[in-house]
Amino acid sequence: MAAAVETVRVERATGASRVFAALAVVILAALVSLPWWGDAGDMRLIAEMAYYVALAQLWNLLAGYAGLVSVGQQAYVGLGGYMLFYLTGVWNVNVYVAVLLAGPFAGLMAIPVSFAVFRLRGAYFAIGTWVVSEVFALLASLITVLGAGSGLSLTVPILQEISPDRDTRDTLLYLMTLGAALFVVGVVYLLLRSRHGLALTAIRDSEPASASLGVNTFRTKFIIYIATAACTGLIGALIFLQKLRISPEAGFSINDWTVVVIFMVVIGGIGTIEGPFIGMLIYIVLRELLADYGTYYLILLGLIAIVIMLKAPSGLWGWVIQRYNLQLFPVGRRLVSTPPADAAKR
Amino acid sequence: MEWVNIFIQGTLLGGFYSLFAIGLSMSFGIMRLVNIAHGDFIVLAAYVGMVAVQSTGLSPFLSLVIVVPVMFLLGYALQRGLLNFTLSGGLLPPLLVTFGISVIIQNGLLQGFGAYDHRLQEGAIETASLQLPGGIDVGVYPLVVFGVAVLGIGALQLLFYGTRLGRAFRAVSDDADTAELMGIDNRKLYALALGIAMVFTAIAGVLFGIRTIFDPAAGPIRLILAFEAVIIGGLGSMWGTLIGGMVLGISQAIGAALNPNWQILAGHVAFLIILILRPSGLFPRTRD
Amino acid sequence: MTLLRTQNLSAFYGDFQALFDINVTVEERETVAIIGANGAGKTTFLRTVAGALPSAPDAVLFDGRPIGGKPPHDIVRLGIAMVPEGRRLFPSLSVEENLSLGAHSERAGPWSLKRVYELFPRLYELRRLPAPSLSGGQQQMAAIGRALMSNPRLLLCDELSLGLAPVIIRDIYQCLGAITAEGTTVVLVEQDINRALDASARFYCFQEGRLALTAPTKDFDRAALTAAYFGM
Repeated sequence: MAAAVETVRVERATGASRVFAALAVVILAALVSLPWWGDAGDMRLIAEMAYYVALAQLWNLLAGYAGLVSVGQQAYVGLGGYMLFYLTGVWNVNVYVAVLLAGPFAGLMAIPVSFAVFRLRGAYFAIGTWVVSEVFALLASLITVLGAGSGLSLTVPILQEISPDRDTRDTLLYLMTLGAALFVVGVVYLLLRSRHGLALTAIRDSEPASASLGVNTFRTKFIIYIATAACTGLIGALIFLQKLRISPEAGFSINDWTVVVIFMVVIGGIGTIEGPFIGMLIYIVLRELLADYGTYYLILLGLIAIVIMLKAPSGLWGWVIQRYNLQLFPVGRRLVSTPPADAAKR
Repeated sequence: MEWVNIFIQGTLLGGFYSLFAIGLSMSFGIMRLVNIAHGDFIVLAAYVGMVAVQSTGLSPFLSLVIVVPVMFLLGYALQRGLLNFTLSGGLLPPLLVTFGISVIIQNGLLQGFGAYDHRLQEGAIETASLQLPGGIDVGVYPLVVFGVAVLGIGALQLLFYGTRLGRAFRAVSDDADTAELMGIDNRKLYALALGIAMVFTAIAGVLFGIRTIFDPAAGPIRLILAFEAVIIGGLGSMWGTLIGGMVLGISQAIGAALNPNWQILAGHVAFLIILILRPSGLFPRTRD
Repeated sequence: MTLLRTQNLSAFYGDFQALFDINVTVEERETVAIIGANGAGKTTFLRTVAGALPSAPDAVLFDGRPIGGKPPHDIVRLGIAMVPEGRRLFPSLSVEENLSLGAHSERAGPWSLKRVYELFPRLYELRRLPAPSLSGGQQQMAAIGRALMSNPRLLLCDELSLGLAPVIIRDIYQCLGAITAEGTTVVLVEQDINRALDASARFYCFQEGRLALTAPTKDFDRAALTAAYFGM
């Protein structure tokens, strides 16, 4: 007599994630329609939040999942920005095309960089990536066609390629940034949901173990590094498209593009998709609250990050996950079993 | 002759860089801790020296009498009270905690002293020079710094190989787990290690503050220079760090001779080349 | 007089439980063997007694006093020393430096460099060499000597015979005899059952983290032992 077998399904979504998906649609609709009910200042703020979330998701992918703690991602922000200014300013490339090329350019530059820095591990890898970023910044300050120490500005004709009308331009830039950020978050989310994401989580948990199971750890990390660099370059191009000016100091600023991003991810919850969102909100709130007190908000962020690392290393969201077992972006897989259907009839 | 000059200037510059690197090398060798805030502690020491000079009227050299104990205690307390708790959590906690400390120090100094440039004035020795045969001028100050670096490393080697404490440091560096089983209190030893590392950092900071203009943001580049010296020389070897510093200094001198703007970049390039060709450095020692 | 007693000792590696309610007693001047298959928890037991793994304070009593949860360096100071599995000499240190390091806790007693060299004359000739250049047997002697330098009342020996030739093992166990003759209490973890039983007065058999059997070694029925060892 054949034994009845339990059937087992793999389920991805959780109850909370379904609710969140519904909420997300609402929030997204509000954000996309912002140009019609908000002002330029609102759009600038949301755009800033958007590109920070994108940068944070990318850094999180690198550090929280692939185990590559880079303190040099600002290199790709700067490379993307400079590529945009160079293509539009020196080669008269259409601004949209230039933005689209900036990302792949940054990704391409990441290839030789990886040859150097992948020789280092752990904290040494971190500092190595920092050195590379400094090299790019120094090169930018020496090359005359890139404006050397003073950098480059976007001329009016280039801006007018987006739109001759100022308000339309603001709207388009805002929507482009929002779109790019959504794209990045979407890519990260889909990646982590996929087989590759599972490989990454395995690598994060134990590199030797995952290697012994046949996961090609080097290739996976390499691909993630290049892809992250390309996306970071894209975001960098959009950031400086809105800032209208780029200089070596601003383009490759570790404080602007790496320090705050790391704080966001660490405080929000490293290794989770929800974490960077929370971290970004906390950063913005603290910065606005303490705006009159110079850079004290950075000191406070530093202290919070230290406390989090010691007491709750998985960050705020990590704490929520442990306490409430909540997952809004379903990347996990749960085995759900159904008992044998005909057991009662036998 | 020009080459000899470059070689000498570069070597003496290397003395500076290896002085920066000693503290970093120690904390990695003994605790496997890479202190991202290391450069900021060098700058902090320069500021402590500045405050000491302003309040006591002592010369910067003499202010070391105050700066060294202050930095030693700071290092001991920091390791004992904070960093010891990051050592067991894997890669991220020590890195991110020292990163946080770096940001706190930089912004603390910024809030406390403003973004201005400062320099410690030691007087005539800063510009004095010796005439060597062949018409080469060698600055007395760089020579003193180089001498301090050599003496410092020599003293450390004496500590590591000739004393009971040094033997304990080496044992803990080899195998922290078994060292505990032999009766060594690792927590105290690590704290002592960072304290001693901070002594060198203090000396490096004051000497650096005499030679170079510093401001709150001067930390990161010191970390990078120290880091490059350590990697070029090879992890785990103190004399290797001196050689690494010299290679870095000479590379920078060559770059500067071609074009003054290329000095730092030349150092970075030399570092990256060595990293690609010989990743474990020139004289590697550490077992990981 | 009972020197070491464990009471319902349990030990965990994270979420994984390695020891379940172990009750072991060791009388002063006794040699007790702990045997069992790989993964039975023998090394975990020694490491917990030595303080390398956490435990409840009352779970381990030394000389009547609770020592559970104390850090290893405190426990060395109280008089327990470990010869770790795999020797674990310090590679950067010479043989003599390794031995001297054993005395870091500065406990008073009969053992000194001179006495260790008397027990292991070969080590004296090799004393200036870096530890890794010694053969397996010589390293084992050095590891024992290093532990003795702390003048322990209780010596924990983890797998002395690991990876060594029978002739060498015999020599080492002869030296062990000289050590116990001095009055040192010894707990011996061994995979080589015969060696362990020959050297000890009583034994404990562990099986998958639990105590399977304990008895005096004299005239003990080996068949019953095999059954306990393999959990049959």
